[in-house]
Amino acid sequence: MNIMSEAAVEKALEQKMSDAHFKMVGKDVSVYYGEKRALFDVNLNVRKNTVTALIGPSGCGKSTFLRTLNRMNDTIEGCRVTGSITLDNADVYDQSVDVVELRARVGMVFQKPNPFPKSIYENIAYGPRIHGLARSKADFDEVVENSLQKAGLFNEVKDRLHEPGTGLSGGQQQRLCIARAIAVGPEVILMDEPCSALDPIATAKVEELIHELRTNFTIVIVTHSMQQAARVSQRTAMFHLGNLVEENDTDKMFTNPDDQRTQDYIMGRFG
Amino acid sequence: MSSSHIMTAFDEELKYLTRRISEMGGLAEQMVAESVRALVHSDLALAQKVISDDVILDDAEREIGEKAIVTIARRQPVASDLREIMGSIRIASDLERVGDLGKNNAKRVVAVAGSGIPRKLARGLEHLAELALVQLKEVLDVYASRSPEKANSIRERDEEIDAIYTSLFRELLTYMMEDPRNITPCTHLLFCAKNIERIGDHATNIAETIYYMTTGAQLEGERPKDDNTPSVGATGA
Repeated sequence: MNIMSEAAVEKALEQKMSDAHFKMVGKDVSVYYGEKRALFDVNLNVRKNTVTALIGPSGCGKSTFLRTLNRMNDTIEGCRVTGSITLDNADVYDQSVDVVELRARVGMVFQKPNPFPKSIYENIAYGPRIHGLARSKADFDEVVENSLQKAGLFNEVKDRLHEPGTGLSGGQQQRLCIARAIAVGPEVILMDEPCSALDPIATAKVEELIHELRTNFTIVIVTHSMQQAARVSQRTAMFHLGNLVEENDTDKMFTNPDDQRTQDYIMGRFG
Repeated sequence: MSSSHIMTAFDEELKYLTRRISEMGGLAEQMVAESVRALVHSDLALAQKVISDDVILDDAEREIGEKAIVTIARRQPVASDLREIMGSIRIASDLERVGDLGKNNAKRVVAVAGSGIPRKLARGLEHLAELALVQLKEVLDVYASRSPEKANSIRERDEEIDAIYTSLFRELLTYMMEDPRNITPCTHLLFCAKNIERIGDHATNIAETIYYMTTGAQLEGERPKDDNTPSVGATGA
């Protein structure tokens, strides 16, 4: 028996498995803000149960791309998206798609923690309530506890669930926002620089959380911190001037990237 | 390096490592050359100088290691920067070993000095050392120019050193069989030859490290080997 060929077969199978596990597929995605073109024919696949980090200098289009995934760009006037984006092979820009339902499946966490000016409990219960995911008080209690548990926040707040969410520390507020995103049972969670307003300890807790969430969710994270991308992601995509420059395994990206622009950017060199 | 870092202090740190490695390389070369000269000419004073010079190399290796650790901690280098720093740690330790081998040769000068080395043996040893030194010099040039394509040819030439070492090994065995009084000096010379052969191996290590540093890939294939001494027996000599 030829051992080499067996290894090759295994590798091919693995590749096939991962191909079959694309959660979201972006094909020739271009975005225009009025006359200005912000993204140029981006082809990027998001793998299931994987943390994909989007990196690149300011204005490179990484946040724009992130926002196309759950149609957050719809809210910006004059914004036009071409190409196609699919979620489990269904076009998210199809006329029949209910945007509210789409955003329940593809949740989002923002740069600044933005809890509602309500109690911790209500912050979490709000989503399941408007989506009709829970009915009885027991249902709500369960979903609140579960979400807070998954976000690693339950033990810290269990005695003050009915105090305002805005009274928590910045890091706790951000994890509350993640718990709120989890509460509606999303499949994909988009994070737009979720740690940029947090101190290193709170950042570490959120990163640990991202790492754990991967088993249940697919995560796409935009970050300005190279080290954060290296720490939390398995795949990294590098954007530059509206183009996708390189997408690779994070291990490869940070040891021996293929593209000179990636190299210059992650090493902090003049391009 | 095509472009420089936005943080100039980072460039300074990388330059410091490069400069120290080059200095170490120069000193290691000199120590090896002097140790062989001391051996061939029974020059005890020169041998003593080589022995005391080794401390400088040891210190340099330690300093490079410490600077590299601090740079990693402060800059979190990635990609070729990270490979460069890891490479400098490895190269420094290879060069430190080269210094140790030179020092070991120098220490044997006393034991060999009285017996008078046959002219032919001395020439063989000098030739072996010349080759190892060329190897070392070239690998240091490759380090300075960062040209990975040359790293491969250095590795191939290590074969020649191995072949000469094998023939010296046979010769030394012959001398020992001729007259048991030769055994003491010849055994020391055998160690010296082995030390020099090892220097070639370290040069090859460095070549491989430089290749990885510059390309991010490992040199393909097995190292060429022509060291047949494990199978040389007294009767076969």
